[in-house]
Amino acid sequence: MSQYLLRRLLIALPSLLGISVVLFTILALAPGDPFEELATNPAIPPEVREALRVKFGLDDPVWTRYFRWLTAMLQGDWGFSFASRVDVDELILGRVPTTLIVIGSSQLLALLVALPVGVIAATRPYSIFDQIANTLAFIGFSLPTFFTGLLLILVFSIYLDWLPFVYRADVPGSGWPWLWEHIKQAIMPVLVLGLFQGASMTRYVRSATLDVIRLDYVTTARSKGLRERVVIVKHVVRNSLIPVVTLVALQMPAVFGGAIVTEQIFRVPGIGSLLISAILANDTPVIMGVTFVFAILVILFNLIADVLYGWLDPRISYR
Amino acid sequence: MDHRELKNLIARVKDGAMSRRAFVRRVAAVGLTAPMATQILALGGVSAQAQTKFAYKPTKRGGGGALKVLWWQGATLLNPHFAVGTKDQEGSRIFYEPMAGWDAEGNLVPMLAAEIPNVENGTLAKDGKSVVWKLKKGVKWHDGKPVTADDLIFNWEYARDPATASVTIASYKDVKVEKVDDLSVRVMFEKPTPFWADAFVGTRGMLIPKHLFAEYKGDKSRDAPNNLKPVGTGPYKFVDFKPGDMVRGELNPDYHMPNRPYFDTIEMKGGGDAISAARAVIQTGEYDYAWNMQVEDEILLRLEKGGKGKAIITPGANIEHIQLNSTDPWTEVDGERSSAKTKHPLLSDPAVRQALALLVDRKSVQDHIYGRTGIATANFLNNPPRFTSKNTKFEFNVEKANQVLEAAGWKKGSDGVRAKDGKKLKLVYQTSINQPRQKNQAIVKQAAQKAGIEIELKSVTASVFFSSDVANPDTYTKFYCDIQMYTTTMTQPDPELFMNQFTSWEVATKENKWQGRNITRWKSDEYDKAFQAAQGELDPVKRAALFIKMNDLVVNNQVVIPVVYRPRVAAASLKLQAPLSGWDNDFWSLRDWYREA
Repeated sequence: MSQYLLRRLLIALPSLLGISVVLFTILALAPGDPFEELATNPAIPPEVREALRVKFGLDDPVWTRYFRWLTAMLQGDWGFSFASRVDVDELILGRVPTTLIVIGSSQLLALLVALPVGVIAATRPYSIFDQIANTLAFIGFSLPTFFTGLLLILVFSIYLDWLPFVYRADVPGSGWPWLWEHIKQAIMPVLVLGLFQGASMTRYVRSATLDVIRLDYVTTARSKGLRERVVIVKHVVRNSLIPVVTLVALQMPAVFGGAIVTEQIFRVPGIGSLLISAILANDTPVIMGVTFVFAILVILFNLIADVLYGWLDPRISYR
Repeated sequence: MDHRELKNLIARVKDGAMSRRAFVRRVAAVGLTAPMATQILALGGVSAQAQTKFAYKPTKRGGGGALKVLWWQGATLLNPHFAVGTKDQEGSRIFYEPMAGWDAEGNLVPMLAAEIPNVENGTLAKDGKSVVWKLKKGVKWHDGKPVTADDLIFNWEYARDPATASVTIASYKDVKVEKVDDLSVRVMFEKPTPFWADAFVGTRGMLIPKHLFAEYKGDKSRDAPNNLKPVGTGPYKFVDFKPGDMVRGELNPDYHMPNRPYFDTIEMKGGGDAISAARAVIQTGEYDYAWNMQVEDEILLRLEKGGKGKAIITPGANIEHIQLNSTDPWTEVDGERSSAKTKHPLLSDPAVRQALALLVDRKSVQDHIYGRTGIATANFLNNPPRFTSKNTKFEFNVEKANQVLEAAGWKKGSDGVRAKDGKKLKLVYQTSINQPRQKNQAIVKQAAQKAGIEIELKSVTASVFFSSDVANPDTYTKFYCDIQMYTTTMTQPDPELFMNQFTSWEVATKENKWQGRNITRWKSDEYDKAFQAAQGELDPVKRAALFIKMNDLVVNNQVVIPVVYRPRVAAASLKLQAPLSGWDNDFWSLRDWYREA
């Protein structure tokens, strides 16, 4: 097991290196200039822009810049943002908690919706409940988050005026009112992300359960005279969840990606909105930092999915 | 100036359309002295108190609750000397103050200064070569240390050091600053300088404390912990900062103005987009104020109906204009196109330029595209009013354009496109990708077609168009195109810096990496001479006349075709009282902001 882990981690290194090369080249080839705003301001002489370009090493050839970035990165130095001149790791760490709260609660919501709905739908296939659940699930994952997000804002903030649509990470106050404020502002972004995830997950849970429910051991359990409830919860769901668990792990990076748009719409100060503003400002070190974090997440969660799968299903062995 | 004109002017002062000061300047131009002008005003029924001054009503400090403002691009750093864009300047302006700021009419208002320097009491030298700035007594930094002349000297040294790489360097590098006494300094210029209010004033004049930044001058400037934790003199003290997201401040109990500030806390939230920011202020009232509403006027008007807020339009002089290339963009000379050594094959004919100017339907552009956010104009230099030319006017007339072209020998071919000496009248018209601009392009193209000019439209992504990337052929500074359109900004109420973009020494070339500011590459001795004269002209009236002459040269020779000038647009709650200015940051007078009950 530990040997397998070690091997996987070693394989991950060249992939990360490859990812960083691709990212860096694309960013270097993309047009744009972090000091664009200086260029159109008549009060700032061009020499200042030149001096800054030289100071931040922007005029060096791409490969020089890449190796400088790589050697710094290997020593744990993520560089600093051209826009705010703050260290990139500091910027990212400052944003991570908010992203985790929003994404964590939306994943929780997705599971809370998907598990019961999927299982019930599978136990009564083609019933009215199943039909409705299916239809809603299809609608849910075919509507993009930027659309549902705007729709919710229009309905709940503008027409009904119930919920705020600007997310503030540091709401003043304490105790219950503080918690209520937090919940109120998180409802919409969490709903948007959670329901989108929940919709597709419902389909997975349903099909996984359907696969298991037809197996012989379930029939055996039933013929033993066990109550239906016990059969479903103890015998069916346990086994049907194995593929679902790995799926959740595999989807995590995608959730982070989907959160970028949602964060922008609701002004959630997470790493997604950091990425967007960095892209708009051509702030290369920050873009590199954030996308690199995403890359690490993808590789990490892939590994977690594989390990989890083996742990849950003893039929699988690592070699 | 005849009797009727004078009466009109007085009426404008009466209903607030014109300031007293502007009136005095205007009549001074015809030889009346200032006391005389004031008397005329008094006779006309405008009392001395009628100055359009902002009335600050709160009678005690604090008690206003939280002021919540929305910046759809969040502040990324809080050191005014590194403030790349206005978002960073605004974030810094909550905590830092300059010696003086600019009000809406382009007049100086003291902030940290005890008074505005003037010739009468000798603080402004008669020869225009030095100015004395006096600090107000008893002003303290937020950490309790007093503000002294040493701080002023330090800011000068800090900003002018090339190693610091400050964006304010231009205001400080060519002046010398010496200490007069503990509270005053003398700023000395090499040449007589009519525009002396640059260093220590407005957006680039915010002062940082010497005792916290002294160790971080030059190369080490990035390491200063206070780059992110400002300690200034402003009405609000620093609480918390998350780059790109949130700036928070709280009332400064020792602020140097009585009864100010009104709000207990301030929160500047960043991120999102302009339209939803407008919604949060105008429609739902979740926020009190939002900056830079780059939203179509149509949408603003719709939101304003029955909403909780309004759009505030502040006059400025940013100008959306069409530039006509004076050089040939299609021939390469010494490795560059649009080389200053060439002449444009079509646009060098004045008739073509005149026709083009007649074909831009500015009225329609204003009515159908920009509304209140872009005002049709004939002038390149539109504000402050004392610099506005009255000699120009614009006209949209396809018929006349046809006549002008016909008379100059441009004959229509079978395809409806005019030609002369085998050269077809075909132009490429580029601009950045931005919906109003594409609509504007279409309007011009349509009219030009009727006059036999074929225009090919080209739009470039803004991040490419406005970049200084030397390798990219599509930047506006390279101008590898016949005509192009964008907005150029005027950041100071004095037009000297603004008008240098037509001087011959500013021509953008390969040699200066296309960093010269004269993009049209037009050259005129007459213009150069007028500009140089204005640089040293100390008489404000004569100086204004020179700038008006420069504007007329540019407009009458169709070097550019001004389209609309763009006032600044902000959104504010109906109750919020906030004096804004087109010549300074939105927060220039944050100390005076309050909410009406």
